[in-house]
Amino acid sequence: MTHDLRGRAAIVGMATAGVGAAPGFSAMELLGQASVAAVADAGLKMGDIDAVFCATSSHAFPTMSVVEYLGLDARWFGGTNVGGSSFEMHLIQAALALDAGLCDAALICYGSNQRTAGGRLVSMSEPQWHETPYNPRHPITAYGLAASRHMHQYGTTRDHLADVALAARGWANLNPDAFARGPLTRDEILSARTISDPLTKADCCLVTDGAAACVMTRADRARDLSSSPVYVLGGGSAVTHRSIVAMPDLTVTGAAKSGPIALEMAGVARKDLDLVMLYDAFTINTILFLEDLGFCKKGEGGPFVEDGRIAPGGELAVNTNGGGLSCVHPGMYGLFLIAEAVAQIRGQAGERQIADCNLAMCHGNGGTLSSQCTAILGSEASL
Amino acid sequence: MSTTDTTEQGPQATWERYLEEGRFMLQRARGSGEHLFWPRVSTPSGETDLEWVEASGKGTVYAITVNRGREGSTNVALIDLAEGVRMMSTLPEVETAPIGAAVTARIERLEAGPRVVFDVIAGESA
Repeated sequence: MTHDLRGRAAIVGMATAGVGAAPGFSAMELLGQASVAAVADAGLKMGDIDAVFCATSSHAFPTMSVVEYLGLDARWFGGTNVGGSSFEMHLIQAALALDAGLCDAALICYGSNQRTAGGRLVSMSEPQWHETPYNPRHPITAYGLAASRHMHQYGTTRDHLADVALAARGWANLNPDAFARGPLTRDEILSARTISDPLTKADCCLVTDGAAACVMTRADRARDLSSSPVYVLGGGSAVTHRSIVAMPDLTVTGAAKSGPIALEMAGVARKDLDLVMLYDAFTINTILFLEDLGFCKKGEGGPFVEDGRIAPGGELAVNTNGGGLSCVHPGMYGLFLIAEAVAQIRGQAGERQIADCNLAMCHGNGGTLSSQCTAILGSEASL
Repeated sequence: MSTTDTTEQGPQATWERYLEEGRFMLQRARGSGEHLFWPRVSTPSGETDLEWVEASGKGTVYAITVNRGREGSTNVALIDLAEGVRMMSTLPEVETAPIGAAVTARIERLEAGPRVVFDVIAGESA
């Protein structure tokens, strides 16, 4: 029997703004643009929004800032901040609040101008005192450590990491909104400057600007508002640590817990998924999550991504927007996973559209592999 | 009733005071014998009968990366200590080391303060 919450709420409006570089705009202005567009996409007015879910890297109290900026009169708020996966969590929290009648129209939103503001990852993440004497450059130091261990334990190679980056660029080249487009060769990836062994610049996500927003309502109302509502079918979360030193096993993420919970709640089999959106802050993430979410056995993620298996035309459609590696990564990327799943399920993905996309998994990651949240989205036909 | 004994310092300050004195100490639960790092008020299994014991200083490299920059390169390693706990540290005498290499701790005094670092034990690996 499937979970009571399955299909009870749906995304009826979705928009992005300032994807790539948006000089001259503040983070809140970009968030505002995406929110205005998402509300319009839902056929609603801003005054209809009565719940806000938000996390950013530049606002201590983001839900308050959003309410003020957009002039909302909201009665429910969700400011959970578990890094980049916050928005997959917000999706579940919004579905719960809607189903409980605590609100009627929920806005989930994010905005960042980190590229044009400073060109570096913006983070409010505080240093961990027991790590500080060793000057880790998080997040990349932590992901370098995880990659080193995976290579040691399972024989994963830099060529495997390159396969992930190549697949992402292949998809980005089909997406006019992607920030990093154009030819990219294996040699260019393998000869890129090393930043934290074994990870090079080519293994790292982009530093871009960007905002995204979605509007959710209960399913009964969603059918009146949208010609193609995207239903929230299930979700699961896990937080395994704060500091990378406290991660129990650097080769196994909390996705191994969150994935099965989400699939069971959705009543969906892994093989039925049409699209898999994985938070690729670094190339090693894609390999870890493919394993932990059960698409291959632990340790076989490297060979799994060989021969273009996750690239355009491959067996499994993964990160069809080009991912954090080649499309957009404005600091917290989780809502962009959802934006791509919505575009694909609605059949609005243009040249990169996959056939008959009815079921999508969005897997968010936050911190240093610390928080993992998996959400399953589906079309009307998936209900 | 307050549960803070004001005659003592918290685990972090206590650890740092020991380090200042040149001692690498770990917490251990008296009943279960479980060690804890980094210092906290309870173990992950909920034990609070904690005492301070001298670390053996023996460990192996669990994971390692080298942060490369214009000002040079430094490695950051996760070390599995013989006591069954893991800590972040560095191996200052080498560029990098193989995962599994046996290492031994020493206290290095820098301007910023003392820190525990590790050296590779020649010819040994786990």
